[in-house]
Amino acid sequence: MKKYLLKRFVMSIITLWAIVTITFFLMHAIPGNPFAKEGKMPPVVYENLQKKYGLDKPLYQQYLIYLGNLIRGDFGDSMKSRVETVNDMIERGFPVSARLGAQALVFALVFGPALGAMAALYQNKIPDYISMIVAIIGISVPSFVMGTFLIQFVAKNIGFFPIGGWGEFKHTILPSFALGLMPLATMARLMRSSMLEVLNQDYIKTAKSKGLTKFAVIMKHAVRNAILPVVSVLGITISNLLVGSFVIEKIFGIPGLGMFFVKSIGNRDYTLIMGTTVFYALILILMLLLVDITYMLVDPRIRLTEEGH
Amino acid sequence: MTELTKEMFERASEEQRNAEKIRRPSIKYWPDVWRRLKQNKLAMVGLTLIILITIMAIIGPMISGYTYYEQDYSNINVKPNSEFWFGTDELGRDLFTRTWYGARYSLLIGILAAAIDFTIGILYGGIAGVSSRRVDSIMMRIAEVIYSIPYLLVVILMSVVFSSQGSGTSLFVIILAMTITDWVPMAILVRGQVLQLKEAEYSLASESLGADQGWILRKHIIPNTLGPILVNVTLTIPRAIFAEATLGFLGLGLQAPKSSLGTLANDGLAGMAVGLTYQIIFPALLISLIMFSFNVLGDGLRDALDPRLRK
Repeated sequence: MKKYLLKRFVMSIITLWAIVTITFFLMHAIPGNPFAKEGKMPPVVYENLQKKYGLDKPLYQQYLIYLGNLIRGDFGDSMKSRVETVNDMIERGFPVSARLGAQALVFALVFGPALGAMAALYQNKIPDYISMIVAIIGISVPSFVMGTFLIQFVAKNIGFFPIGGWGEFKHTILPSFALGLMPLATMARLMRSSMLEVLNQDYIKTAKSKGLTKFAVIMKHAVRNAILPVVSVLGITISNLLVGSFVIEKIFGIPGLGMFFVKSIGNRDYTLIMGTTVFYALILILMLLLVDITYMLVDPRIRLTEEGH
Repeated sequence: MTELTKEMFERASEEQRNAEKIRRPSIKYWPDVWRRLKQNKLAMVGLTLIILITIMAIIGPMISGYTYYEQDYSNINVKPNSEFWFGTDELGRDLFTRTWYGARYSLLIGILAAAIDFTIGILYGGIAGVSSRRVDSIMMRIAEVIYSIPYLLVVILMSVVFSSQGSGTSLFVIILAMTITDWVPMAILVRGQVLQLKEAEYSLASESLGADQGWILRKHIIPNTLGPILVNVTLTIPRAIFAEATLGFLGLGLQAPKSSLGTLANDGLAGMAVGLTYQIIFPALLISLIMFSFNVLGDGLRDALDPRLRK
């Protein structure tokens, strides 16, 4: 188990390094200079700018400096904002995005598996159809469509929900819903099929014939086994939430990291693009590691085979 | 030993002769898959919608009498009516034409991306599957690293890098960005299948009858991998369309006056802010319909192809 953890950890570091390197060289492969849009400037100013961002040094040196700064947790300066560094923006935007993402994840995790389990227990009855409809909507309606429709048809008609902005809890409800619906649908579908499989297993029959109540059979034997595939897609779910937040933050005007990212794309702020990308990658890889560890904890089979070797 | 005489034999009756005959037509694999797919109503709805949308994407831009780029300043932001079926946008362009024209690009991007993923995935996965364990292990580690980079993040990054500011992203860059990491699931799938089928008993049987590797690959492994691969392709198309739509929505889509469903939704969002909801409804509905159709068709195919579900 320790060996497995170590291997996963090393792989994570390699992945992160690969992302940093690819991002760095991609960003420096862009033709032209990043200050071209600033209008004509005296050569002295240009040289000073080059020096400030370290662009006068050879590429490999820039790369090493960037890596060194990253290890110290310094994501560099923004090329467009004169007052805030990339770190400042992450500090300001990340808590907002993290809250939105966490709420969407909790929403999906609470209702998705529950809906899937209900569908399996009442196969081809009303709960099954409801869950099927939710799953189909969740999978076919992209989050930006869902977001705009929620604003148009819910927020504009029901005064309680603001059409955008950030601050109170009521601001977070619609965005979390729009962001969480797709993972909810995926989880419901997965849970339904794995629950159906589990319900046919012999140990369920044994549990029933022991005289356990229906509730105990479902909670202790069926759900606990059926939830494993749901846990295994948590990583990809978090990845989708992260990217989905770009779109949702844009629609609802939420001042999160996604909005900074989208803005930085719009005005070609290369250091900010690079910084946020690396930061996103870091968060994601951490999450994937966490999910893997969780999966190992909840599925004894993995633990046992690893120890058996 | 008694001698065999003619009297010991008699002619078999018609009935005896036909006893071993297979009366019902035997159903081959693909017709059987099709038969089971036909029973899945949702999948058939999906298939019908895909065919309808494809036809409309081909002929739609031609039937309204307007072009996708023609601007008519006397008809700006017209609500849907008998003249402009989906209304017009803020430049007076006919949205019916633009929507179907956009569907054309969205479908094209989805299909091209799936085709490229298919090719790279099969080659990479196939090579990893038949290679030595060491090569296989290295190839799979590389694939894993590539796969753990979030897909849309790469797509966004690539479009930023390979297109200059304000000029939009070219079709080539969009496709490149989408396929650069998205071939990995296909490669992993193919490799898994090859490894599994290589060890299957019928491969062993074929080998012991003297078949060479090429024959086994052609006759046993490839036909048996085709099913899961087909399912994967059907599910790659909506993923690519979704990614392109998101890209367009973030302002990184095709350059105007070209349109895709994503860029139309992005333009429509601006319209919605001033109360022109119809501008976003049609592209948004169409994206959802396309995603829906491919997803249910893919699910249906998966069920139809799985021999374990055969009744």
